[in-house]
Order: sequence, then C-alpha cells, then structure tokens
Amino acid sequence: MPPEMHHAALQDGFRAALWADAPPDGLTAPNPAEIAQRFKVYRNNVFHSLTRALAARFPVVERLVGGEFFTALARAYLAADPPQGPVLLHWGESFAPFLEGFAPVAQLPFLPDVARLEYLRGRASHAADAAPVAPAALGVDDLEALHLALHPSVHLFASPHPAVQIWQGQQPGAPKMALKAGPDHALIARRPDFALVVEPLDPASFAVLTALKGGAPLGAAARHGDLTAALTLLLTHGLIADARKGTPA
Amino acid sequence: MTMKTLALPLAASLATALTLSAGHAQAQSADMEKCFGVSLAGANDCAAGPGTSCAGSSTVDYQGNAWTLVAAGTCMDIELPAMADGTARMGSLEALDRDLPPA
Repeated sequence: MPPEMHHAALQDGFRAALWADAPPDGLTAPNPAEIAQRFKVYRNNVFHSLTRALAARFPVVERLVGGEFFTALARAYLAADPPQGPVLLHWGESFAPFLEGFAPVAQLPFLPDVARLEYLRGRASHAADAAPVAPAALGVDDLEALHLALHPSVHLFASPHPAVQIWQGQQPGAPKMALKAGPDHALIARRPDFALVVEPLDPASFAVLTALKGGAPLGAAARHGDLTAALTLLLTHGLIADARKGTPA
Repeated sequence: MTMKTLALPLAASLATALTLSAGHAQAQSADMEKCFGVSLAGANDCAAGPGTSCAGSSTVDYQGNAWTLVAAGTCMDIELPAMADGTARMGSLEALDRDLPPA
C-alpha cells in the first residue's frame, strides 16, 4: 500500500473509532497497554468540545433543558449528525429538525423553534457585509415602485409557538413575563455595529417584511399591511442595503 | 386598490419611520472597529472577497483583506512582524492589498 493510502486508511479508522468502543488499529503508545485508555481521553475531548460548541450556538436550548440533559442530548445529536467540515459555524442547521424527532423532548413542542431562532442568530452574525443606504435614498416620488435590498443578515422568523417570547425570557436580566399564546414572529439581523437584534413583529409587519425581502416593491408590500413599523425597524437598525426603482439586480 | 390611493399612506409611513429612526440609523459602535491585515490565518472575524460569509476563512497570516474587531483606536498600534523586505507591517481601517492569498 502506498504511504498516502495507508495514512488515509488510518484516518478513516481513527474517525470511525470515535463512535465505537474499541480504539482504532495502528496506534502506538510508550506502554501499549494504555492505548485503549488514552484513546478514551481523546474521544472524550472530542465530545466535550463539540458539546460546548453546540451549547455556545444554542445557549437558550441548554438553559431550557438543563446542562446535564443537554450533554446527553448533544451526544445523541453528535452521533446523528457530526460536523461535516472544520468550520463549526456551518454546523447545527439540522439541530432543530433533530429535536423534532427526539422523543425525550417531545413534551417541549416549542424547543425546535427556539433552536431555529438561535441558529438564525448565528447565520445573521456571520452574514456578508453591506453598508446601509442613507435615509435620503428613500426620498423618491414613485414610492410604490421602490425596491429595497435588505441587509444579507436579515432573517424572518415565524413560529406557531411563543418561541420568541420564550427566547427573550431566557436572556440575562430579562424580567419575568407571562407568555401570550403564539404564533410569534421576529426579525433577526445584525446591525452595522455588529450587535445582533431579535425584534418581535406583529403578523402584518412580518408579512410586509417577507414581501420586501422577496423583492416586492413598497406598493406591493403595502398590501400585506401598514409599512410604518417595518420601515422603522429597517431604518433604525441600518438594514436597508440598497433602494432602487424597477427590478433589483 | 389603485396605486393612487396607496401613495399617501406610503409617504406617511415613510415619513413616520424616518422620524422614529432618526438618530438611530447608521448606528456604529464607538467601542470596536474593523482592523484589516492583523488576523492570523483562519482567525479573522470576517471580510475577504465580495459577498462572502467568511469568518475564519482567511488563509494567510495578516491577510490584508480580512478583518478582526479590535478596540476602537488601537488598530494602527497592533504590533506585527515586519514585512519580508523589512518595512513595517501595520493594521489598517481599510482593506489592504498586501499578504493576499495566491490567486
């Protein structure tokens, strides 16, 4: 076997052994009797660091289920969908669908949507840059035909559960508030100062913003409801990257 | 509903939105700034290449078009190793054309 083939086989075996009980073939140690024990330390470090990475991405999910439960949950998720690449910011998209099918959390029907919200915050955090337009760019005669290009970090979130209220209630220093029944809607985005915002929306503003994000001009978006709240949020947080008449490029 | 009847509420919505958002728009943090050309390979906050989502994507140490958030006012003072030709290497508030990955 050429050396590079041998190395690839060793790596494959090493990775597969993370999910098995026995250490992989081909390992050496000063005391060969310690190989299994030493590999357990390595395996534990992999699981622990990925569990902490998952908790950093989904802190409210961890708070809702508790640290001990989250560690066990993470182990099950890791086995079902380990990271496919070295960039962990791409990892976790399947966490919400995983929770939907994970029987031990079936009594928390809002949990997958809380995870979805947290994943979108991560997406917003790492979205591409775009400078906000000056408010004067909106001062045109033909407002109905004006298209807005929203900042790439803008995500619109909807849940049949009070997921936004639950997420807000778990933020540090949040006051205790009675939950109202869902559905909940929110705008999730990154401001020019890199702060992440989660702004609850009424259903009409959610519909307006969804239309605008889909490329509808202001006139068409206004058929879904009053534009005032939506435009105020976009302008306040610097989330309009471009404004032009006609079809946006 | 015709376009004509829409025009007035649209203009009113925009006027209200502009008033309510005045002073908030274009908010920039006074505490942090983007500093180009100071991150180690793979450790940039973001930048590099138009339209990319690229945190952790720089491939060269001190890559000139990758940035890291630093405390405002400190970008130019970060100590970096000198360039290969002996000139000083400095961070910048604008993207740089030095230390770019091979095309």
